[in-house]
Amino acid sequence: MTAEPILSVRNLTTAFRVDGEWKPVVRNVSFDIRPGETLAIVGESGSGKSVTSLSIMRLLAKDASRIEGQVLLNGRDLLSLSEKEMRAVRGNEVSMIFQEPMTSLNPIFTIGRQISEVLTRHKGMSATDARAETIRMLEKVRIPNAASRFDEYPHQFSGGMRQRVMIAMALASRPKLLIADEPTTALDVTIQGQILDLIKTLQEEEGMSVLFITHDMGVVAEIADRTVVMFRGDAVESGATEQIFHRGQHPYTRALLSAVPRLGSMEGQAVPLRFPIVDTVTGITTEPQPSRTMLERDAPILKVENLVTRFPVRSGLFSRQTGSIHAVENVSFDLKQGETLALVGESGCGKSTTGRSVMRLIEPTSGDIQLDGQNVRELGSSQLQRMRKSIQMIFQDPFSSLNPRMSVGQAIAEPFLKHGMGNAVQAKQKTADLLERVGLSASMMSRYPHEFSGGQRQRIAIARALSLDPKVIVADESVSALDVSIKAQVCNLLLDLQEQLDLAFLFISHDMAVVERVSHRVAVMYLGEIVEIGPRAAVFENPQHPYTRKLMSAVPVPDPSRRGIRRGLMEDELKSPVRPMGYQPPRREYREVSAGHIVQVA
Amino acid sequence: MSAVSQTAVPAKRESSRAWRKLKANRSSVAGFIIIIFFVALAALAPVLPIPDPVATSWSAIRKAPSAAHWLGTDDLGRDILSRMIWGAQASLMAGVFSVAIAVAIGVPFGILAGYFGGWVDLIISRITEALLAMPFLIMAIALAAFLGPSLTNAMIAIGLSAMPIFVRLTRGQVLAVKQEDFVEGARSVGLGHLDIMLRYILPNVTAPIIVQATLTVATAIIAEASLSFLGLGQQPPAASWGSMLNVAKNFLTQAPWMAMWPGIAIFLVVIGFNLLGDGLRDALDPREN
Repeated sequence: MTAEPILSVRNLTTAFRVDGEWKPVVRNVSFDIRPGETLAIVGESGSGKSVTSLSIMRLLAKDASRIEGQVLLNGRDLLSLSEKEMRAVRGNEVSMIFQEPMTSLNPIFTIGRQISEVLTRHKGMSATDARAETIRMLEKVRIPNAASRFDEYPHQFSGGMRQRVMIAMALASRPKLLIADEPTTALDVTIQGQILDLIKTLQEEEGMSVLFITHDMGVVAEIADRTVVMFRGDAVESGATEQIFHRGQHPYTRALLSAVPRLGSMEGQAVPLRFPIVDTVTGITTEPQPSRTMLERDAPILKVENLVTRFPVRSGLFSRQTGSIHAVENVSFDLKQGETLALVGESGCGKSTTGRSVMRLIEPTSGDIQLDGQNVRELGSSQLQRMRKSIQMIFQDPFSSLNPRMSVGQAIAEPFLKHGMGNAVQAKQKTADLLERVGLSASMMSRYPHEFSGGQRQRIAIARALSLDPKVIVADESVSALDVSIKAQVCNLLLDLQEQLDLAFLFISHDMAVVERVSHRVAVMYLGEIVEIGPRAAVFENPQHPYTRKLMSAVPVPDPSRRGIRRGLMEDELKSPVRPMGYQPPRREYREVSAGHIVQVA
Repeated sequence: MSAVSQTAVPAKRESSRAWRKLKANRSSVAGFIIIIFFVALAALAPVLPIPDPVATSWSAIRKAPSAAHWLGTDDLGRDILSRMIWGAQASLMAGVFSVAIAVAIGVPFGILAGYFGGWVDLIISRITEALLAMPFLIMAIALAAFLGPSLTNAMIAIGLSAMPIFVRLTRGQVLAVKQEDFVEGARSVGLGHLDIMLRYILPNVTAPIIVQATLTVATAIIAEASLSFLGLGQQPPAASWGSMLNVAKNFLTQAPWMAMWPGIAIFLVVIGFNLLGDGLRDALDPREN
């Protein structure tokens, strides 16, 4: 508490020029970061958290932005420096890492060259010294065989490894302050765990300060000493992380925290539980209601047996098939009316391909799919179009899942009309009804998708999926792209709809905490196979497969008392499901742990 | 029966909204006025009190603009104003119809190639590439020569020669749009290929096509000039702006007005189509306000 702050931000106000008018997007934000400290700025999209960091680095377009206040780095005001002086600060005294590791490295230079450039430019090292130092940095960020990977190109690295390279590059100049702008958001959860551990370790070793920008309260709890909560451009609350989590004063802070799904919060709960909703103005909390769906049904509505989906890998001059991606291998599950089965796993595990194969948006290679008494794989194209009435899909990205050229009313009414389920008047009635049902207003029918926020668009997509009165809904990461408070609302909406309409959900997600909250049963997928499936309580409270355990231990827990705990995750990467021609997948053995809880043993 | 009334209602609302937006956009109104002006000139040519466009006069060769000949006379003593007005018809038709032919053939093939991919794409794209390998004008000349000399055939030849660009452009756009979730969403609600192509793909690829079309109008007007110079387009002595330019280039120093007026006219028409095209592109996009 006594040390002089490394960075002191005073009354930072950033405005953007929109149609000739200055609109403030960050208002009067002040905070300090002391040596060796981690400060998190947490907030949802549009809260101004990234703009704050870009303002500190003065990386915003000059003509379109105006930054006021003071940004003191070791007592020197960065806002008064010339552009040339500022260049000596960036990447030297202050370094930055970004969200998207796939695009923040230059693809045409080797990673070794990109890191040593920082050293030769800012530190005036010779090429040989820089090379040695670069290899040392790569070892420091735990890249295996660092020396041999010096001359490799970014495309030869996985996402997690690239983020390590980015960190190595940021640390190469030994900065006093590292600004990390959502550095783990684009990464899988086990990789995220590794990177968070790495940042913590490096901070101890180097004694630098970190400004960590994130939307994830779990990550905040793990990494930050102190936290600033931002809401629509204002810093509504700041203080020690424990204080924010346990004694948060501002209603928005409480709303944000109550909306965060916590892994393990469902212990002792038999059925899915809605999220509590806190009013961001008054702070009044609604008590979460458990879902009341009836599950005492015998016959499943959807039954999948030994589903296999492979994609050919072609290469060479005549694009001969040289292998296959075994996206889905021997997957079996069933789903009853009113039930939610979650498919969880990391990117590339085949969970989305499974959902699409079940709908035959992708042709499965083999297997048997029974939907509502019909054999899906044997349907002709016109029968297939009719089949789509019973199974519908909600996509991840609400910004690309609606046709921008079609009004919301048209989009919702279209499937209803195309399937001849009624005339135009009935379609309009149905559309109005559905819009009200998903929490929007019937008067919004003539508007276009761009006029809505992400959460509203996802509601529209849900309304559209419901227009055919489907029995099964495949929700492919349907809440993953949404802000945490919106995510809670949309999850509640899905539970409401399930109760009212007796829907069966195939809930595809990478987010263990959300899955725990909303599902009745869970299937964990790894490299195209289901490694563990069972009732939600059984899988979460008694995980058997090592991968399930690894996945669960990697989830950041929004509890600051666990800060400093290292997971000890292996520094490994996700394996690839690409196999050579003629590869025979091994026969798998399964073991029943308890009723309906089945684990792959070998 | 019911299907017609169902789609007609929102479609009408959509078109009136686009029209309102078009009218509110000042530059597109300017473009519209320019085009209307030239179209009116072309249409009114027979009734306007202007000299015969093909009447030659030995006493008035290459005269500068004067009270008798407002825009001057050409190398055969014909009144340039009169030839400009009569030529407007041929030039506008050459511009608009040939682009219409190019768009009408090129866009559907582009959508088919991009949407279906595979061997459909392979066949369409290889043929397109083969056509693109030939210089535009050479191909137009070859086609026009094959079809026989007349303005109609010239327009067909120009349209066919300009078509491959539209196939390529559309295909590329379709490949991008096809990746969007809403296309898979359309499949998942059970829509057929035709519905998806017409209602989901086409409306989302129009913007660059409109821009390309307005630019191609200019190319087509010039191409018609080249064809008529070779005797494959508008047949002499009837006028078109392009053919007037072609003759005028021999007298650039002695009679610059001969080149100036048709040049200005082509310039204005192209500007007009461009402004209108930009306005149309924005008006058709619900995201633009």
